[in-house]
Amino acid sequence: MLRVAHRWPGLLAALLLTVLALSGAALSLYPATERLSAPQAGAEQSVADLATRIQAAYPGVEQIRRAPSGRITAYWFEGGQPGAAVIDPATGQGVGSADPNQSQRWLTNLHRSLFLGDGGRLAMAAGAAAMLILSVSGVVLVARRTGGWRAWFAPLRGPLAGRIHVEIARIAVLGLLLSSTTALWMTASTFGLLPEGDSTPVFPAAVSGETGVALNDLALLADTPVTALRDLTFPYPGDATDVFTLKTEQGSGYLDQGTGALLAWADLGGWERVSETIYMLHTGQGAALLGLVLGLMSLGVPAMGVTGAVLWIAGRAGRPRLRGNAPASRAQTVVLVGSEGGTTWGFAATLHKALTEAGQAVHVAPMSGFAPQRYAHADRILVLAATYGDGAAPSSAKGFLDRLAKLAPLPGVPMAVLGFGDRSFPAYCGYAEEVAAAAEAQGWDRLIRFDSVDRQSPQDFARWGRALGTALGIELELAHCPVQPASLPLTLISRRDYGAEVQAPTAILRFALPRVSLWCRLTGRGFARFAPGDLLGVLPEGSDVARFYSLASSRRDGFVEIAVKKHPGGLCSNQLMALEPGDSVPAFLRRNPDFRPDRSAAPLILIGAGTGVGPLAGFVRGNARQRPVYLFFGMRHPESDFLYDAEFAGWQQDGRLTRLVPAVSRAAQPAYVQDALRNEAPEIARLIRNGARVMVCGGREMAAGVCAAMTEMLKPAGLTPAMLKAEGRYAEDVY
Amino acid sequence: MKSLLATLALTTALTAPGLASARQVTLTTNMNAYGGDGAYLAYYVTDASGAYVGSLWMAGGKSKYYEHMSDWYRATGGNTAEINGITGASVGAGRSLEITLDLADALFDAGYTLHIDAAVEDMRDSPNEIAVPLTADGAGTATRGRRYIADFTYDF
Repeated sequence: MLRVAHRWPGLLAALLLTVLALSGAALSLYPATERLSAPQAGAEQSVADLATRIQAAYPGVEQIRRAPSGRITAYWFEGGQPGAAVIDPATGQGVGSADPNQSQRWLTNLHRSLFLGDGGRLAMAAGAAAMLILSVSGVVLVARRTGGWRAWFAPLRGPLAGRIHVEIARIAVLGLLLSSTTALWMTASTFGLLPEGDSTPVFPAAVSGETGVALNDLALLADTPVTALRDLTFPYPGDATDVFTLKTEQGSGYLDQGTGALLAWADLGGWERVSETIYMLHTGQGAALLGLVLGLMSLGVPAMGVTGAVLWIAGRAGRPRLRGNAPASRAQTVVLVGSEGGTTWGFAATLHKALTEAGQAVHVAPMSGFAPQRYAHADRILVLAATYGDGAAPSSAKGFLDRLAKLAPLPGVPMAVLGFGDRSFPAYCGYAEEVAAAAEAQGWDRLIRFDSVDRQSPQDFARWGRALGTALGIELELAHCPVQPASLPLTLISRRDYGAEVQAPTAILRFALPRVSLWCRLTGRGFARFAPGDLLGVLPEGSDVARFYSLASSRRDGFVEIAVKKHPGGLCSNQLMALEPGDSVPAFLRRNPDFRPDRSAAPLILIGAGTGVGPLAGFVRGNARQRPVYLFFGMRHPESDFLYDAEFAGWQQDGRLTRLVPAVSRAAQPAYVQDALRNEAPEIARLIRNGARVMVCGGREMAAGVCAAMTEMLKPAGLTPAMLKAEGRYAEDVY
Repeated sequence: MKSLLATLALTTALTAPGLASARQVTLTTNMNAYGGDGAYLAYYVTDASGAYVGSLWMAGGKSKYYEHMSDWYRATGGNTAEINGITGASVGAGRSLEITLDLADALFDAGYTLHIDAAVEDMRDSPNEIAVPLTADGAGTATRGRRYIADFTYDF
């Protein structure tokens, strides 16, 4: 619901908000330039002194105004001609034109009404209302994504568009909230929807009837500093019944033009003060610096519009069409999908297709549409749930848990929950686990035990499918092929072989850069842009399912490099290991922005074993800035599978690698990489205290061992790997 | 005479569509190219002693700006009941405004003066921009304004 409240106002009002934001940002410059360019009055100068000087220079003076910026303008009549000028209060002489700035006037009218009068004002007010809704819903969404209010500025993960969107939002939202609220207030005031405080004093019934008092004899003018002045209007020449009208910060009053006596006075009402403050907060008139800050913040609006639209399109594009989706009331199997970006829908489609082919009537629906009373013929419910941020419900699962808790379980209809997530997140499958626990607590029967799919792994999904098939008594082969980008043939340039002697045939394969289309280059897609740690999807002959390998090179290196170990019976690794220079394989690129060193100069602790050293070697190769890098490398035997052995020595010499610590498992004293870490515990603790970042790449067991060792080592410092992960300082790439 | 004025004051406007002794009067106001936003114009009548009698027209719909037509505001206390039903849009620079009203005959050649107060956002207030005696002879004669109004004419 919240996301709907964020998406639609955003998409519908994007253009309007862009106009509002850009014109607002431009307008924010005027109060500041006016403040800087206008000659300011000294703190001691009185209104009487100012008026005397102006009257000496312009005897026909009728009105003197002081803007919140301190700019003083005088209006006079001279020989039947109206005149006006910006005044230097020190001399009373005009120093500049008082005509309204035409570009400012144009921008103001664009900003408040699109030049369309009241209709335009209402449209812009609707824009401000949309901005307010977007700000409020966005604040809650950001808090949810970062894991709470205290983690407001926590580092972000995920696709670039989403990160840009949130990075801008969490800074700009304060200004946008203020600007949109004050805009709505001002519109309401313009249309007379708010009470108008009227502090104009009652005009005196009688005046002295005399004229010609000297300005210095008007006591109130002598006592009022120029800095408090708003407006001084002189009596109409030749009209003895007229008076001086004075408006100041405190209020307004009338002064006799014969005696100088104060005839009437009224203080500014509280309501008017509120209105003036709101006007100041919105326009920056009288608060130029705040205005500039608000203007700067509003510049983020167009960028958020674009990135928001990109997010929406990307989310939509990932959702496949379902053919022959059975109605809920006739379905034997109900599949409920909780998806954030849309990828889980792809898995649901594969499941739908496989079950339908097995002769089942299958209904696929978002989890938010959970309605057990409609599942009249259901034999089972399958829940495929992703997780949003720190364990929150993904967008298509909103309200599911509430409904689950309220509704009685269907007797004889078991439920199975499959979680989708990314193990590098602390709350891996957190929401799906919560759903499974809640279903059990509510008394739903369990069809098969809870399982999870890490990073859209087709293998994980197929494994769950087999378990499901067993429970259903059918053979269920879930061959999920994620919607993949078009692959390109990659041609092998060279290979270096390792590990044959230790029964772990491994190779570093280097491919030529494929030709990249102009469109890809413009949009930075595919092989136009990649870095170590990104994933190379290789499509082996005889399978639609891509296998992913971590890249060990960047686009700048001029080649595509991976490290591959031959798995007995592994379809893809066997094909890759059989490649000779000149051969090619179809492959595509998938970005992996979560596993990338940051741009800081903090030390980097790289930990890897076997082929996991590939991306780490890529990071070292790219470390031209000579940031301190410590590499812990687990291998079987230095004589056999010491990948990148030749390069490491050179990288250490030219400062790209500070230290290399090998851990050899087939030695007289076998050591794994976590043992090597423990040996260096004081050094590692010191580095981490100094802000070092940890990156781990390799098999699941190794990563678990490393994590256990790090937990021990960090304990004295009061830290845990989970805390470092939350700060974005501990990244894992595990396979 | 006295009773007639009382009637006029009661209707707040000096227009009298049902009145036998009334004539159709066209007020034409041509604006200068003063280089600002639309001007607010308050049309009202004072008697020979200078006392406010009633309003004829208000060009400009946002009551929060009425205080800038200071003479009119001072005379009426900003009471919008004075201009109920006789309010129109503000008048842009270089444009002209033509209003046709039924005005009581008694208003002419009896010492009454028609005033126009003008105000423009971010520019000077111009109370008494126009002050023209209402006379039968004066009809068709253009009067120059002080700041915003190029000329003003009333015609029968």
